[in-house]
Amino acid sequence: MEKISADIVIIGAGPAGLCAAVQAAGSGARVIVVDENKRPGGQLFKQIHKFFGSREHSAGVRGYRIGEQLLEKVEKSSAQVMLDSLVYGLMPDKSMGLIHSGKSYLLEAPKIIIAAGAKENYMAFPGSTLPGVMGAGAAQTMVNINRVLPGEKIVMLGSGNVGLIVSYQLLQAGAEVVAVVEGAPKIGGYGVHAAKLRRAGVPIYVSHTIKRAIGADCVTGVEIAQVDSKWKIVPGTEQHLNADTVCLAVGLNPMTELAWMCGCRFVYIPSFGGHVPLHDENMETTVPGVYVAGDITGVEEASCAMEEGNLAGIFAAQALGYYTQEQAQEKKQDVIRRLDELRSGYFGKIRRESKKKQIDAMHRYLSLVAKAGVK
Amino acid sequence: MDGVAYTGIPSLQELSSCPGVPSEERMNKGRVAVIECVQEIPCNPCVATCKFGAISMKGEITSLPCLDGDRCTGCGQCIAQCPGLAITVINRNYSETEATVDFPYEYLPLPQKGDIVDAVNRAGETVCRGKVDRVVRQPSYEGTSVISLIIPKQYFNEVRSMKRLERP
Repeated sequence: MEKISADIVIIGAGPAGLCAAVQAAGSGARVIVVDENKRPGGQLFKQIHKFFGSREHSAGVRGYRIGEQLLEKVEKSSAQVMLDSLVYGLMPDKSMGLIHSGKSYLLEAPKIIIAAGAKENYMAFPGSTLPGVMGAGAAQTMVNINRVLPGEKIVMLGSGNVGLIVSYQLLQAGAEVVAVVEGAPKIGGYGVHAAKLRRAGVPIYVSHTIKRAIGADCVTGVEIAQVDSKWKIVPGTEQHLNADTVCLAVGLNPMTELAWMCGCRFVYIPSFGGHVPLHDENMETTVPGVYVAGDITGVEEASCAMEEGNLAGIFAAQALGYYTQEQAQEKKQDVIRRLDELRSGYFGKIRRESKKKQIDAMHRYLSLVAKAGVK
Repeated sequence: MDGVAYTGIPSLQELSSCPGVPSEERMNKGRVAVIECVQEIPCNPCVATCKFGAISMKGEITSLPCLDGDRCTGCGQCIAQCPGLAITVINRNYSETEATVDFPYEYLPLPQKGDIVDAVNRAGETVCRGKVDRVVRQPSYEGTSVISLIIPKQYFNEVRSMKRLERP
């Protein structure tokens, strides 16, 4: 089997992976970024809305433009991007199995950054296997990348920012969004996103769920119903909605398979989407030399993913001596300040606390290991 | 339950205590920005956009934007810069009987100057008809259009957008 090696291998060419690549390659390290897709950028190119955050986070710039700017930086750097390249295995000795254009390779590097992203959650209900029921992310890819409408009358389940933003983009693409349905008593995402939908005449049903999707061989209608505080359907509250598509925006979970495989330790943090690998402030996991960045470390959003990618890239390069300790610390300060901003306020509070919990768990693990070592 | 987190519509209470909404007195003086941003989210492009320094934020990036009604000229440059599409510019004194509402719009097809369209409130309900006075698109707006709509004066505090037009 042909062998490919580099100083730093980054798995995933989304916002986190590409930022890590720019930082690491900027130090002079030999960097390879691998991604199973045919285009780099991860989910950035389907984000046609203007981003939030500060000027430093390109607030007010549409996501795909941020993607273009990032790709430009990567192209100017010495990092090599290998597309259509799937890492199917990562062993504890840090060797990786890679398939590229149908051929298998052995990939090796002393430092690895896993930036594999996240995948959409699914929710089962009667009729949920009918054609026409899909993830909100899938619908977003259809309209914004492939320019195909998934349907004409859409019911969105979930009112987090994904559900709200994708609903808006479906309207922009020419579909009708019949309703946004939310199980919680409160809208999950930003009020301004919800307000856009309301001005466009889209009703938002909080404390409601989908009871069933109706149809023989595709969705022809949706029955929604109110739920009580224990998320049980309140009998007699059923309503029929005329719809041909159901989009599920019921959260994401981190793509952690490679991190499990190489032996990373995990902690369960529901607000981050489930099991997430332990990592320190520099994004290094419990497996020395293996770093993580972006949604794999806990589902947040693209701006945070990019900052975590910056950190992982800086410290993977520093660990190899490509940056001095001082250079790395100086760069880190800026990144940490920006990350703190992104995790501030009412909506950032849970993520800030979750991240602290995750890093604290890492420190507990490290001190246990140190104690065991003394014995 | 009332309020933007429950309905997607900022409540009267939320709007009246919102530091981005100008005073009644300032409204009476003519064109002014109305920033209906009532939730603390990490976002601040409006502050940097205003070259008159009329929009400020205390402390953290999640603070609510404050409008200084004396500094705001109603130029409208902030409208398209708000990623939340939460800013409009209202001119209560457009004429004896009419007001104008300038709002961001991101749907196609765009209306044309002179078109009569359905003016909608924060719940998307048609409250009156409005006449399109201007449709502004410029590179710095990054794809967002700003539409100026002439409406009967009494609806200046209700109308916030227009009904989407049929696709050809």
